[in-house]
Amino acid sequence: MDRDLPARIVEKIRERTPARLLAGHSGGAYRTSTQLELRAAHAAARDAVRTAFDLEQHLGRDLIERFGIFEVPTQAASKDEFLLRPDLGRRFSAISEEKILSTCVPEPDLQIVIGDGLSTTAVAVQVPALLPLLMQGAIVRQWSVGKPFAVRFCRVGILNDVGDLLRPRVAVLLIGERPGLATAESLSAYMAYRPRAGQTDADRNLISNIHSRGIQSDEAATRILSLAAKMMQAKAGGVKIREELPAGVSGQIGG
Amino acid sequence: MSRFADLRELFAKANEVKSGDQLAGIAARSEQERVAAKYALADTQLTEILAKPLLEDEVTRLIYDSFDETAFVPIRSMTVGALREHILSDLISGDNLKSLQPGLMPEMAAAVAKIMSNKDLVLAAAKIRNITRCRNTLGQPGVLAIRTQPNHPADDVGGILLAAFEGLLYGCGDAVIGVNPATDSIESVSAILHALQRLVTTYEIPTQTCCLAHITTQLAAMERGAPVDLLFPSVAGTEDANRSFGINLSLLREGQERVREHHRRRTDVHWIGDNAMYFETGQGSALSAEAHHGIDQLTLEARAYGIARTISPMLVNSVVGFIGPEYLFDERQIIRAGLEDHFMGKLLGLPMGCDVCYTNHAEADQNSADNLLVLLSAAGCNYFMGVPCSDDVMLNYQSTSYHDALAMRRIFHLRPAPEFLEWLESRGMYRDSEPTMLEGPMRRELMSKAEELLSC
Repeated sequence: MDRDLPARIVEKIRERTPARLLAGHSGGAYRTSTQLELRAAHAAARDAVRTAFDLEQHLGRDLIERFGIFEVPTQAASKDEFLLRPDLGRRFSAISEEKILSTCVPEPDLQIVIGDGLSTTAVAVQVPALLPLLMQGAIVRQWSVGKPFAVRFCRVGILNDVGDLLRPRVAVLLIGERPGLATAESLSAYMAYRPRAGQTDADRNLISNIHSRGIQSDEAATRILSLAAKMMQAKAGGVKIREELPAGVSGQIGG
Repeated sequence: MSRFADLRELFAKANEVKSGDQLAGIAARSEQERVAAKYALADTQLTEILAKPLLEDEVTRLIYDSFDETAFVPIRSMTVGALREHILSDLISGDNLKSLQPGLMPEMAAAVAKIMSNKDLVLAAAKIRNITRCRNTLGQPGVLAIRTQPNHPADDVGGILLAAFEGLLYGCGDAVIGVNPATDSIESVSAILHALQRLVTTYEIPTQTCCLAHITTQLAAMERGAPVDLLFPSVAGTEDANRSFGINLSLLREGQERVREHHRRRTDVHWIGDNAMYFETGQGSALSAEAHHGIDQLTLEARAYGIARTISPMLVNSVVGFIGPEYLFDERQIIRAGLEDHFMGKLLGLPMGCDVCYTNHAEADQNSADNLLVLLSAAGCNYFMGVPCSDDVMLNYQSTSYHDALAMRRIFHLRPAPEFLEWLESRGMYRDSEPTMLEGPMRRELMSKAEELLSC
């Protein structure tokens, strides 16, 4: 906090930008509180990236039992391999394919998939609230809904494999975004119409920034479901479909 | 060179470890193979590199068109190993190296970087000063400039100006006040450009402004009356990678001409030079666009500099840790790449700065950034980024801060750009080349004035 400035001005500036202004200084360095604050934010981001996804620990037994969620890995065998080889995070292993085929019902209207991506924390914080809203909403709309499952070491491109295996009309991937210092809890929903091998980000739609200071889970659920309905109606996804987005929504993930 | 099929393989295998070269499947498979490649590369004649282009595309054609045979004469008979010693020799001055610049192909600069240690890269780069001019002068000995990067997640103009304003109190913003827009629209880019110009005009600041949108968006905003000081594109080392960025060489040349013409029409501005472009680059960008053609990321980065130097930019910097761990895995790789990029750029004649940075999924932290920052300051880097507390709240990565600028200028006895320093002193914000306004009532008074900016 800035000691030299009237609180009124500090407050006004804080309202205007999340940038870390008015931090003060000690010589050519931060004050101790700033120094530790930055380290703490980075630590949260690092833990979000590095924590190994664990179904029961991160989604909770209730949610798992309620929807019969199971977990499969991609072809990446470790966190390091996942970070170094994005291509492996876009493909299921043979064992995972078998498990998905033997457990899921093919050709649903909507298939929801959960991926750790670059933030396990985001999945743990957002999915338990968001998933039930999506499942209920889909039923209200009288869609057939596939059994949701979770993917460890998951990249966005896994949507193509999901499509080739289960042939859903619309697939939704709820995946942890690359964490910043502001939050490590931000989730993205990547959506594809009839996903299949060869699709790219241009064929997908994205609702990002799902977290407590961004898009709340109820709003996110409503937007995901209306976008899915729009895709089904237009029989298309990606750049051909435009969601009426409020301005300033942005998010990033290593695809 | 017998155990390596061609120059492309030799160049790739002679690199220090980079996850991007491994991802591309072209890296050395063992440390001994890496060193064997370094030996073979050191023995390679520069004339062989000249005779055997690694790739045929418009970037290669530009490199050959801009190659100066006469400037090459003093090193014509050298191997890569001999060129390394020539560059490092005490008998060879910075001026000697500058006269070589037009006769050095980017691939030669890349080759010599591959057989230099980190300290070699610092020592050699420190000899070379590449000076540029637009609304001020950058790159002189004893000068360290800072780009303020006052990004905002919703492009809020008041928020952007507040962050830029605080940078001025720290003596930052002489390289450029440059905003990455969250939304690449003509309206939003125009609004940012007008606001930055208002700041610079109101306070009569001798510096450049820039909004780092797509080059076509900036040109469209300029056509509609927005003031452009520096025109920005990202560039990469192959024609295909540049196509994936939505640019090509003729667009870059046309852009430079149009922005220079635009400067000539803005007669209210005191232009002291015609360097009007700002380029950003980074190892791994061609691979990430699947446009690397089996060539290693260091060599492709050098080729991007080969493009940049034909356009006479005011600023060039690699955004070294932004691309992510699949291209530069950890601190060691990021530091190495930062030193390589700065050295190659300086050797090829560019006004090199560096965005010393990292993302949160790389094996790096702010200590890593501190390390590279100190090394590049020792190497005479033209400028760094100034981001409030190093946290970019729009792009979600960490760079360097206003505080870091103070620290580097103190440790290495460096000053802001001369025109900018004179301005800081005339406003009482600096005295005897040191900031005065960071404490107490004067700062309070000045920041209170910043309230006016909120009405924008």
